[in-house]
Amino acid sequence: MAALFFDLEGVLMEVNEVYKKVKSLFIDELGIEEEKISMESKLEEDLEIDSLGIVEVVMAFEDEFNIEIDDEELSNIGTVGEAVNLLHSKL
Amino acid sequence: MRVALVTGGSKGIGQKVCLALANEDTIVAVGFNNNSIGADKTVELITQKNLQAFAVHIDITSAKSVDSAFSEIEKKYNVVSILINNAGITKDNILPRMSEDEWDYVLDTNLKGAFRTTKKAIKGMIKNKWGRIIYISSVVGIDGNAGQSNYAASKAGLIGFAKSISKEVGSRNITSNVVAPGYIETDMTATFSKEQKEVILDKIPIKRLGKGEDIANIVSFLASNESEYITGQVIKVDGGLVL
Repeated sequence: MAALFFDLEGVLMEVNEVYKKVKSLFIDELGIEEEKISMESKLEEDLEIDSLGIVEVVMAFEDEFNIEIDDEELSNIGTVGEAVNLLHSKL
Repeated sequence: MRVALVTGGSKGIGQKVCLALANEDTIVAVGFNNNSIGADKTVELITQKNLQAFAVHIDITSAKSVDSAFSEIEKKYNVVSILINNAGITKDNILPRMSEDEWDYVLDTNLKGAFRTTKKAIKGMIKNKWGRIIYISSVVGIDGNAGQSNYAASKAGLIGFAKSISKEVGSRNITSNVVAPGYIETDMTATFSKEQKEVILDKIPIKRLGKGEDIANIVSFLASNESEYITGQVIKVDGGLVL
């Protein structure tokens, strides 16, 4: 039980860490206000990022996490949470 | 140091463009497909002036080759910040006799080739928030030419493509322009007979054929910082042939 709890905690921490990094990339790369960003925020509607902005932030993800995101995966990212989950699955 | 990639840098206009682009701030990647000797010559002409250049194999009809050329350039130096889409071919024929292969070959090289290189280069430019993309089209793409419907279509296609790119990435300090040469002294025009030349010269207000340098000069300006407010334009360099 203790071990399970520990694992769960570890995973949760990791997602949270990815979220924190993603959040800071949005703030640094695109100048978005911190208060606006949550896991539910929609990139285009809520954060007002245009399609080129999404490409920019994805490239920043690729550099930060040392991964590659292909065109299809890119088109499936609609919210901050979806970005976080995709990145987390690739780590 | 910025890296400028010129496709078709082995000879003719491409070679002159490479020479004009090389400077203290710019390393030139001389793109070649078949003519490695020509590319080496271009590199030599640049390094003789104590400037930097290197030859890189790039077959613009193959996405794989384009990928590996870009990886090689990025590994050795830096991302491509100046892209000159110069490589092109002709397969002339009047339409009733033109095969699908002749059409496809020219469109795949001249137009889709530019799509392949631009798509590859643009991410690095977006990341750097600076870029210069120049397409070498032709006045034939504006005015048409009998026996060159495939070539003219490919060169006209570049204009629509370049203008669209200029709208997509203008906000990131990336410009996309077209240079449309007229009759330039190259291997191709060297085969014209005296009579053919006279007919052509008669139509050119500046009574001479163009030189590779005439193209290289404007390309070099469009590739510089000074041209930052010029994008989506088609600059004809043809001595006034097409007005």
